[in-house]
Amino acid sequence: MTATVVKEASPPALGAVERARTIAVLFAFPALLLLGALVVYPVLFSIGRSFFDASGTRFVGGDNYTEMFRDPATLKAVRNTAIWVVVAPALLTGLGLILAVLVEKVRWATAFKLLLFMPMAVSFLAAGIIFRLAYDEDPDKGVLNAAVVSVHDAFKGTSQYPTARAREGFGITKGTDGSYRTNKAVSPGSSVALGLVGVAPKDLPGGAEPAYAAASRKAAADEVRGVVYLDFTPGGGGKQGQVDRRESGLPQMKVEAVGDDGRTATTTTSSDGSFAFKGLDSGSYTVKLPASNFAQPYDGVSWLGPALVTPAIIGAYLWIWTGFAMVLIGAGLATLPRDALEAARMDGANEWQIFRRITVPLLAPVLTVVFVTLVINVMKVFDLVYIIAPGPVQEDATVLATQMWLVSFGGGNNQGLGSALGVLLLLLVVPAMVFNVRRFRRSQR
Amino acid sequence: MNAVRRTLSSGLVQAFLVLVGLVWLTPLAGLFLSSLRSSQDSASSGWWTAFTSPGQLSFDNYSALLKNAGMTQAFWNTVLISVPATFLVVVLAALAGYAFAWLDFPGREGVFLVVVALLVVPVQIGLLPVAKLFGELGLFGTIPGVVLFHVAYGLPFAVFLLRNYFAEMPKEMLEAARMDGGSEWRIFTRLVLPVGRPAIASLAIFQFLWVWNDMLVALLFADSSSQPLTVQLQSQIRQFGSNIDVLAPGAFVSLIVPLVVFFAFQRHFVQGVMAGSVK
Repeated sequence: MTATVVKEASPPALGAVERARTIAVLFAFPALLLLGALVVYPVLFSIGRSFFDASGTRFVGGDNYTEMFRDPATLKAVRNTAIWVVVAPALLTGLGLILAVLVEKVRWATAFKLLLFMPMAVSFLAAGIIFRLAYDEDPDKGVLNAAVVSVHDAFKGTSQYPTARAREGFGITKGTDGSYRTNKAVSPGSSVALGLVGVAPKDLPGGAEPAYAAASRKAAADEVRGVVYLDFTPGGGGKQGQVDRRESGLPQMKVEAVGDDGRTATTTTSSDGSFAFKGLDSGSYTVKLPASNFAQPYDGVSWLGPALVTPAIIGAYLWIWTGFAMVLIGAGLATLPRDALEAARMDGANEWQIFRRITVPLLAPVLTVVFVTLVINVMKVFDLVYIIAPGPVQEDATVLATQMWLVSFGGGNNQGLGSALGVLLLLLVVPAMVFNVRRFRRSQR
Repeated sequence: MNAVRRTLSSGLVQAFLVLVGLVWLTPLAGLFLSSLRSSQDSASSGWWTAFTSPGQLSFDNYSALLKNAGMTQAFWNTVLISVPATFLVVVLAALAGYAFAWLDFPGREGVFLVVVALLVVPVQIGLLPVAKLFGELGLFGTIPGVVLFHVAYGLPFAVFLLRNYFAEMPKEMLEAARMDGGSEWRIFTRLVLPVGRPAIASLAIFQFLWVWNDMLVALLFADSSSQPLTVQLQSQIRQFGSNIDVLAPGAFVSLIVPLVVFFAFQRHFVQGVMAGSVK
């Protein structure tokens, strides 16, 4: 080591300067070689390649770029990417801001931040599978539709017999609104039997009992009574249009008695399918089974259908990135001057005014950084779309990155157009590139 | 009166945040419970039925996964890709970062500005040209090929981060070491690397997760014998619905490693992700 010291001490030391340079280059060389060969060269190559046709033999000028906006599939990708860029970063920044402000008010802020940040560790592939499960259209399997359907049913109620219908020609006709009514008018003192079919025995509500006994009960002078029953004898036998011994009543069926004057009485069948309208004035009535008994069950929302697939995937993206926005904005919040907030509070400003007039304006630089970062990331979204959109809907959900993949490798095999799409992706991030370089140069001064 | 309102509103805030937390937890819980159910159960009912009939839960899917040669191979491939890709990025970026921060060579400033510009270059633009290049070099479809691609696209951020961190070191410290006659290599290993440890830790965690979670790069550059877990799982996504007993535990295995890293190194993780978000 002494030799080096002597060498460096000698004044002109031209050799030493060169030696130091060589060492410097040796340090930087491996990284620069890889960057040059696998990043810089490919960028230049792609730009050049984008001016050639699919096979790469013929120069086509800007054709690939005009094709991009003419081909419906790529145009769809451009549009969807635009939707992503407009919607996702704004939602994320807003959500992140709200949560960052609110979480400051609770004691378990750290745990909450940890929980929301956690999806950042999860791959887009795993997140994709997670949300394919959650978005499943069948409310018995997808948790989201299960929630939607139970909320819907809590407000609207469910129908018991979506599949039931009346046999033709046995005294009951179907109305245009889906209800069933007796053909002949009935008057108090008589009873009716309304036979339906189309209900599988396993779909009968629990506790349904045979209707036979109830069917033969006599009506009092001021009442209309009857049964609604399943006109089907399990195992065969039994006569159509007649209540046979083993035929079941249909419980919980809504029944209406509509008088000539339009007055309506309503009741619900009991476990053996029987019902009775008591204390009716004399006159003639029609017995009616309203359509609500037969309404099709509400199936929830088709999340991954063509119409909603992009919002649905953006939803999954929110799950992943909200924590990021919240934590970054939270870090900004922590640097806000406490006394400005305190002073405003002393002056009697309420929380909303403080938020609007002080917090948000002071946070503006942080919000911009979060927003810009998200825009850059959103433009490159690939895996989530690729995984969540089911095969047939893939083309409705496609974005630039997936389209670039499809065109270049996934069957399209048009590497000219593929390169042009890659260059478009690059051009979209050029503003960010300029921003980074400028910011760095300023920091060096 | 004010106090009442304040307690009330703080109660509302707590309730709202608990709700948000539940919404965030539910998808993950859904995946985990689904991974413990048989394919028949998954085909006929939702995972939440496990709360009322826990008998349907078992680790059978996971033991089946262990016996699935394709899956175990893919898991090891993921490790064989992520670990070297992380190690190489850290080493190469530390060397270059030191050179950019403290060694003098012609064009240093200009070259570093190019590195800064490369920060946001999308991976997509490299796919096609590098595939051609690797085809000629015999690297296409191999693990080293996937690793090299990840290293190259991890480098701009890595060099940027470490150069900036190293540049903050006090000048006197380095000059003293040089005066003592330490060679640059010695200074690098004995002084710069230990001082830079926090930044290197954040970088390593960020890069590891990036590579571990990648699907796109491996989808193109890996063949069936070198494909990682993400690619192996996506190849089965087309039969989604009938193979939840494979997809759900597979996805859970693929995300448990990042989650462990996340909870073990929370602070470095958050810092790494924050810094790396410029990518």
